[in-house]
Amino acid sequence: MNGSLLRRKAVNHLLTGLCALMVLVALLPLVSVLWLVIKNGAAGLSWTFFTALPRPVGEEGGGVGNAVVGTLYIVAIACAFGLPLGIGAGVYLAESRNGLFARGIRFTAELLAGVPSIVIGIVAYGVVVVPMKRFSALAGGVALALLMIPTLARATEDLVRLVPGSLREASLALGVPQWKTSLRVVLRTAMGGIVTAVLLSIARVAGETAPLLFTALNNQYWNLRPDQPTSTLTVQIFNYAISPYEDWHAKAWSAALVLLLVVGVLNLLARQMTRTRLKGAR
Amino acid sequence: MKKLLLAVLLGVAGTALAGEPVLINGAGATFPYPLYSKWFSEYNKLHPDERFNYQSIGSGGGIRQIVSGTVDFGASDAPMTDEELAKKPDLVHIPTVLGAVVVTWNLPGVTALKLTPEALAGIFLGQITKWNDPKIAQVNPGVALPDKAIAVVHRSDGSGTTAVFTDYLAKVSPQWKQKPGAGKSVRWPVGLGAKGNEGVTGMVKQMPGAIGYVELAYADQNKLPMAELRNQAGRFVKPSVESTTAAAADVQLPDDFRTSITNAAGEGAYPIASFTYLLVPKNFQNPVKGQSLVKFLWWATHDGQKFATPLDYAPLPKPVVEKVERKLKTLTVQGKPVALGSSK
Amino acid sequence: MRARADTPQPAAARPRVNRGDRAWGLILSALGGAVLIIAGGIILSLVRVARPVFAEVGLEDFLTGQDWDPLSDVFGALPFIYGTVVTSVLAILIALPVALGMTLFLAEMGPKWLRQPVAFAVETLASIPSVVYGLWALFVLVPWLRQTVQPFLGDHLGFLPLFSGPPLGLGYLAAALVLAVMILPTIASVTGEVLKTAPVAVKEGALALGATRWEAIRMAVLPHSRPGIFGATLLGLGRALGETMAVTMVIGNSPTISASLFAPGYTLPSVIANEFAEAAGDRHTGALAALALVLFGITLLLNSVARLIMQRGQRKLQGRAA
Repeated sequence: MNGSLLRRKAVNHLLTGLCALMVLVALLPLVSVLWLVIKNGAAGLSWTFFTALPRPVGEEGGGVGNAVVGTLYIVAIACAFGLPLGIGAGVYLAESRNGLFARGIRFTAELLAGVPSIVIGIVAYGVVVVPMKRFSALAGGVALALLMIPTLARATEDLVRLVPGSLREASLALGVPQWKTSLRVVLRTAMGGIVTAVLLSIARVAGETAPLLFTALNNQYWNLRPDQPTSTLTVQIFNYAISPYEDWHAKAWSAALVLLLVVGVLNLLARQMTRTRLKGAR
Repeated sequence: MKKLLLAVLLGVAGTALAGEPVLINGAGATFPYPLYSKWFSEYNKLHPDERFNYQSIGSGGGIRQIVSGTVDFGASDAPMTDEELAKKPDLVHIPTVLGAVVVTWNLPGVTALKLTPEALAGIFLGQITKWNDPKIAQVNPGVALPDKAIAVVHRSDGSGTTAVFTDYLAKVSPQWKQKPGAGKSVRWPVGLGAKGNEGVTGMVKQMPGAIGYVELAYADQNKLPMAELRNQAGRFVKPSVESTTAAAADVQLPDDFRTSITNAAGEGAYPIASFTYLLVPKNFQNPVKGQSLVKFLWWATHDGQKFATPLDYAPLPKPVVEKVERKLKTLTVQGKPVALGSSK
Repeated sequence: MRARADTPQPAAARPRVNRGDRAWGLILSALGGAVLIIAGGIILSLVRVARPVFAEVGLEDFLTGQDWDPLSDVFGALPFIYGTVVTSVLAILIALPVALGMTLFLAEMGPKWLRQPVAFAVETLASIPSVVYGLWALFVLVPWLRQTVQPFLGDHLGFLPLFSGPPLGLGYLAAALVLAVMILPTIASVTGEVLKTAPVAVKEGALALGATRWEAIRMAVLPHSRPGIFGATLLGLGRALGETMAVTMVIGNSPTISASLFAPGYTLPSVIANEFAEAAGDRHTGALAALALVLFGITLLLNSVARLIMQRGQRKLQGRAA
């Protein structure tokens, strides 16, 4: 009896220890990634890194200014398409709860959120690059927008549903038409949350590489024309990482650091907003 | 926020219409990319209004893109096959420069290596798997070859460099000719794939025990060793600008410039050398782009040649330049020839 | 408002209000319908690009073909399917125990103050872009595997085909490890949610009867959470299958099927990433689109099953509560 109790206790301790170990194992890669990106990337950050164009192959120096601008530009295009569609679809889902049509859309959006981004890249290639006969910022933006829409729609739906029914009813009772109630009361109330969701989805697509490889392609120069190939930070990191040049490796780490900072700030911002919103609600 | 984005988009569209610099997109070979990126950068300094955006996605991609019309010009080291050309018969090959495909490796302590054609084929066929194999050691007396597995690195993309390399192997090894054969991408019996000359160089550089084939400039820029190969005349030749030029010495160029100069006969000829080409339409539809591109081609094959040697490419031999001049003068923009300086 | 004041009869004003509502409803339906259109468009455009290959090679030959030789129009998807499945399943085998151990510790064993910071760390892990993981894997993970892990495994377990061959660093093992890191947050967050819903009464009953903490977990928490954990695993698997950049950078890009985890391989997303921009001709493009279609099909299936399982689990829970 005593021995068995001892054994049971030992098993308990062993497994507790094992589980605690797993916490460390899970955090190890995070620490490693963050530490190395900062260590290898910080030194390369300078004014020229953000303002200069890449130099010819094998020559040291230069920067990735065009890629920084390109990423911002393509994300902006993605927002122009993705935000109205994603938010709109979300509002639709929230307002028309249980129709077969709505359920179908909800399920589809959920499944679309799981489609690999590389597949979306092929779709954008077929829809934009082939007819336009050119790689372009537009194609990259469309690809990223397609990635934004499903997640944004589901998030918006949840947020709009959180709006208390009493608010809506009060507005309708005052004689405000349904559409005005939706826009002015429901959407406005949910807006804080929706902005958070938007920030998160921007953070996500800004780090995408695969769907840009054969849509936006790349460009050695500054480009702000939607119909031209465009450089992005992520594609540049990929190209630089697999190259043999030390200078390019250093640039890849620095670009990764910039990307992590942007994504991190967006995430923190979203977190902060959620927190203040919840406090306000309380 | 949305309004702001819209404003940005509209603003951009506005500036786009206001007559910005000429943007010319090209894609293709990674083999001449170090030189091309230098050219485009220098040419942009001379002509700030003309920007050449070149993406080194591999020769296979260059041919594909120019055939489907998603770029303004393509680039390839392997001339297009008849079958490829049949899809877009109005494409012209313009040779720009000569380069060598070198065999490079990563073995700490081993800085020089001689390879016979048989050993080279054996390694890439997967029959020779250790660095101290007698077939390698035989011709390398005095080199301390380790008992280490050979990691073959080849291209994963459709590549002109691969086409040149396998064209050579097929000429020197009957077995190679039969099985993997020659082409821009072949079914490799062994090895790891890497994207572009950049990728192969990067992978070899990172991996002890690795062997790979890349354009001379990539090996040189990254201070990687280069194997001496035994040529047809039986001599071991180091890859260099001179031995590359020697490989093109006796070449009889056909009118469309499509030719192979691997396994050349000359005494000092490096056996895996090649022309590399820009692919352009015979007649340009877009007048602005056409003018710029033809003028650039003229510059590249004349003034631009001086950038070749410092980057380990061999300039075009004089007879070839003259032939290219005649070809460039037949190019037209909307049916009309382009005015080109007869000399520089 | 003023318009309404001008019209004396409220009845005349009503249709105008209805018109606004109707337009609003239409706009919303259109936006919602766009989701369906997008889904249809994705499938249609993939099928359209891929059709030449299915027509020529046939679905079965395409799926079971072992050779990939675009130049001679030989297209077999098996090496890529194999590589995708091997790396993803291995990633799950690595990530699941870690995620499960971690979430159990946080939810049931460890101090409460640990939950918040670890949850934040896991969220951060999820937000790191794929290409950054690839960069890290290429320059940190792969050399470590090549110099330390693979020689060690080869020396001690080299007799197993699984660990045979030279230590290249790049290959299935590297890809699986980086995938494991990347899907860990997915599995952990879903598992964490599931564990939260475990019935407290049964667990506390077990503890009161003298069970150790682990026994209480095993008897009360785990059985209840099993479907949820299974669903989380499927979601993680779906994520791993479609992951592109990090895998492309370390898989070794070799369309071969090898038993050894040290060998280089290839996955569906990687070959698309590497070859799509340069695919020569309709057939090569078609074959790559067909690979994308295969990938699309697999992930769709996995995600649907995962959602169904988790929905059913929730419903059961609600039934019990009621």
